[in-house]
Amino acid sequence: MQIYLPIAEVSVNAFLLLGLGGMVGILSGMFGVGGGFLMTPLLFFIGIPPAVAVATEANQIVASSFSGVLAHLKRKTVDLRMGVVLLIGGLVGAALGVVLFNYLKAQGQVDLLVKLCYVVFLGVIGGLMFIESLNAIRKTAKGAVPTRKKHNWIHKLPFKMRFRVSGLYISVIPPLLVGLSVGVLAAIMGVGGGFIMVPAMIYLLGMPTKVVVGTSLFQIIFVTAFTTMLHATTNYTVDVVLAVLLLIGGVIGAQIGTRIGVKMKAEQLRILLAMMVLLVCGKLAFDLLVTPSEFYTLGTSGGH
Amino acid sequence: MRFLIALLCLALPAAAEEIVLGLSHDEVAITTSFDGSEIFVFGAVKREAPMPDGELGVIVTIAGPSVPVTVRRKERRFGIWVNTEGVEIEAAPSYYAVATSANFDDVLSIRENLRYRVSVPSMIEAISAPATVIDASTYVQALMRIREDADSYLLLEGAVVIDDDTLFRTRIQLPSALTEGAYATRIYLTRDGEVVSEYETAIDVRKVGLERWLFTLSREQPVLYGLMSLAIAIFAGWGASAAFSLLRN
Repeated sequence: MQIYLPIAEVSVNAFLLLGLGGMVGILSGMFGVGGGFLMTPLLFFIGIPPAVAVATEANQIVASSFSGVLAHLKRKTVDLRMGVVLLIGGLVGAALGVVLFNYLKAQGQVDLLVKLCYVVFLGVIGGLMFIESLNAIRKTAKGAVPTRKKHNWIHKLPFKMRFRVSGLYISVIPPLLVGLSVGVLAAIMGVGGGFIMVPAMIYLLGMPTKVVVGTSLFQIIFVTAFTTMLHATTNYTVDVVLAVLLLIGGVIGAQIGTRIGVKMKAEQLRILLAMMVLLVCGKLAFDLLVTPSEFYTLGTSGGH
Repeated sequence: MRFLIALLCLALPAAAEEIVLGLSHDEVAITTSFDGSEIFVFGAVKREAPMPDGELGVIVTIAGPSVPVTVRRKERRFGIWVNTEGVEIEAAPSYYAVATSANFDDVLSIRENLRYRVSVPSMIEAISAPATVIDASTYVQALMRIREDADSYLLLEGAVVIDDDTLFRTRIQLPSALTEGAYATRIYLTRDGEVVSEYETAIDVRKVGLERWLFTLSREQPVLYGLMSLAIAIFAGWGASAAFSLLRN
């Protein structure tokens, strides 16, 4: 069944979108990530204009994070205070990101920027995760217990604040910076940034793993909602029909994925996720490096 | 005096044969389930004098609304392919199809093509005139090549069927990714490659219903549209979580 998307101005198969939403939903349920970093490139591959894909994906992430954070609030695994600090950084970052996005859109470089961001971040995160989970598998094979470093340079910074739920007494600067950089990425890449936020919270801020996912989801809702509004009012690129189709598949898939995830070992899950991330990264990098068959591209110019 | 006018009328070839046209629909509505549309163009040749000599030809063209386009060239910089300089083409039709009753060159002479701007290259070059760049024509060529590959610019030779030198008909497929606007439809009647009669009408392509409403809202009330998108997302997120917790209990 073909559906004409009013903002993207292309006609796509509705079942393809539902399927994509479902597939990414299953993965995000399995791995506890938003899935935006997989969905946005997939939308590029099926021919949605990048600007529309990025803006609409932000809107879809609002839905999936909201669904997720409700469950975490019930279990009291959200550090609201930390969430607000991250959020302040995130909103500033998102505003900066949209300004940068619009500037590069006018220069005709936005596709390149978005794709480069993806290649760099997917490459780094995928690579690190792959190595880390390989080591973890080796260690568990040897029978060693993984340890977490408690004190590092982060604890020497000023403006300290107490975060009761996380059991931390640290400076507000690192969370603000983490929030800021994730905000910029959310605006440019159309992702929630969970795949960067979660490792940063664990390894940089030293937060306990059980509150990390809920807190990250909490702040992602607001940052992506803000990004959606900015894209909707400045670029007119949020396609609500596309968003609805993706999120129907996404929320159902996420529930199925959570159930599959429970039955698998954490290291196996992480290594699978790492390989998937590297695969998407490789495909995007290949497209940038290989000599194109057509040297010219068409872009709509700013008529108004 | 009256005699002179009558003589002049006889001398004008255009009066000898005229086009009477019908369209399957003069409106294309883009609905939510829109998946391209087929336009059936048919008509007849009206004659008030005996049939003149020469091979009869019919050409049907449909041109989408013209919008400015930027054509950018890719170059390898630091090992990756990036967009470099671009040329702004003031107006290029989003869609252009030419259907003819025989080989294009047989139906329309080169001189007449230059005059009426019928073929894809002459039509595009006529309305898109970037004067600022020296090698602008390579950019126009690129525009045509890309749009031809995407089947947005089409030459359908032999797609017009003529019956008994009087009735003609053709079907032209409009793609699913259509832009809104008036699609200018022209029909040319030719004898031995010379245009003897010309007819012009327009097909109105517009989004209707939900598509129209959403598009207008997103442009005219972007804040409201953004808030609506968010409300739908929040509601869907809450709904999914509520529904699955109900299922679990």
